This record gives sequence, C-alpha cells and structure tokens, in this order.
Amino acid sequence: MKIKLIAFGIAKEIIGPAESDLEVKTPCNIGDLKRILMTQYHEFKKLQSIKFAINEDYQEDHFQIHEGDEVVIIPPVSGG
Amino acid sequence: MRDIQILDTPLTTQPCHDAVADPAAGGIVVFVGAVRNQTKGRKVVQLAFESYVPMALKEMGKIADTLSQKWGILHVSIHHRVGVLEIGEIPVIIAVSTPHRQAAFEACQYAIDTLKETVPIWKKEIFEDGTVWVSAHP
Repeated sequence: MKIKLIAFGIAKEIIGPAESDLEVKTPCNIGDLKRILMTQYHEFKKLQSIKFAINEDYQEDHFQIHEGDEVVIIPPVSGG
Repeated sequence: MRDIQILDTPLTTQPCHDAVADPAAGGIVVFVGAVRNQTKGRKVVQLAFESYVPMALKEMGKIADTLSQKWGILHVSIHHRVGVLEIGEIPVIIAVSTPHRQAAFEACQYAIDTLKETVPIWKKEIFEDGTVWVSAHP
C-alpha cells in the first residue's frame, strides 16, 4: 500500500523532500515503518528519538497504518 | 479564555497579558523566552524555527487542558513564533492568570517545560560557520 510521509526539522534534511510517497507491505504499523526508515536512512539511528504522528496525534509502535495515511515524522522537538 | 497562536511576526507581551487579565485574578505570570547569543561557547547568529502548525496548536491545547484541570487557571495565552529570529528576539510567550499567585507560577512553569517536550516545533541554531538542529542528537 502507499502512504504519504511528511518530514520536519532534521528529518526533512535526512529524507530530502518534505513530502514523499512510500510503498510498504500490508499490514504495517508505526514500529514497522520506523524499522524501514532506520534501514533506508542510517542518519535516523543517530537521532535522540524519533516519533510519528497520524491525524495530528502522536502514535505508538503498535498503531496500524492504513492506505493513504499521512504519517508525520517527528524528530526531537526543540520549541521555546 | 484560551489564546493559542503560532505567529510569523514579532511577539510582544501586552496582547498575552491582556488575553489573561481578569478581575478574579490575584496573579498573572508571564514567561518570555529569548534567543540567546551562544550555545556551549559557540556564537549563535540567528535561530530558525519551524512547526507542524495544526498539531502544535493541538498539543498546546492539551497543555491548556492540563492547566485548567490541575491548577484551575482562569486564562492562558501561548504565542510561539516561527521563522528566522535574531539574538534577543522573543520565540515564545506564555501568560497564565489564577486567583492566587502560587498556582500561576507552577502552571506557567509546567506549560513551558511541557511545550519544550511535546509540541512539534523545531529550532535550528545558525552559527557563523554552520547550522545545528537543537536536541536532535544525544
């Protein structure tokens, strides 16, 4: 299935474009996606943490991703 | 009253203060962030902020929920700036009003501490000879 990845901050610099499409096998949860990204982009392994959001909420590893979902990669935040 | 905004224009304290002013308030605490001129001895020239705005507003809303539930605040105002900021400019202002001052101090501290942990906003330090995304690496 195809999902849309949206990246901010350092994640955007690691992946390249801010938005990209990714083909993943079904089923795929956040934990699976994390492993795919860590394998494809070694720079993610060096980060302090990496979180994911769907529908503007943080989601944990067990959360199932659906076809067409927009998954936002949240590298360590540093507002304030 | 809950006044939560992400702005790309310079922040000032007066609108935040005005947003939380209330005849029932015994105290108003206003936290004002500032762009510092150095990090670990390295001279910072500018800071660049970016945000995943809809989620950042939602996460700041959750902070406001907690302030109401835990400290019974009257009002809260959170303004966060995005874009490129110069030294001394204001990246964030948080104002909280409560009937008694102690709760206002505690609630404001909780708000800025939590904002730095959960709200999807990122800052890049711009040095004379390079850039670094803050907190990205251990």
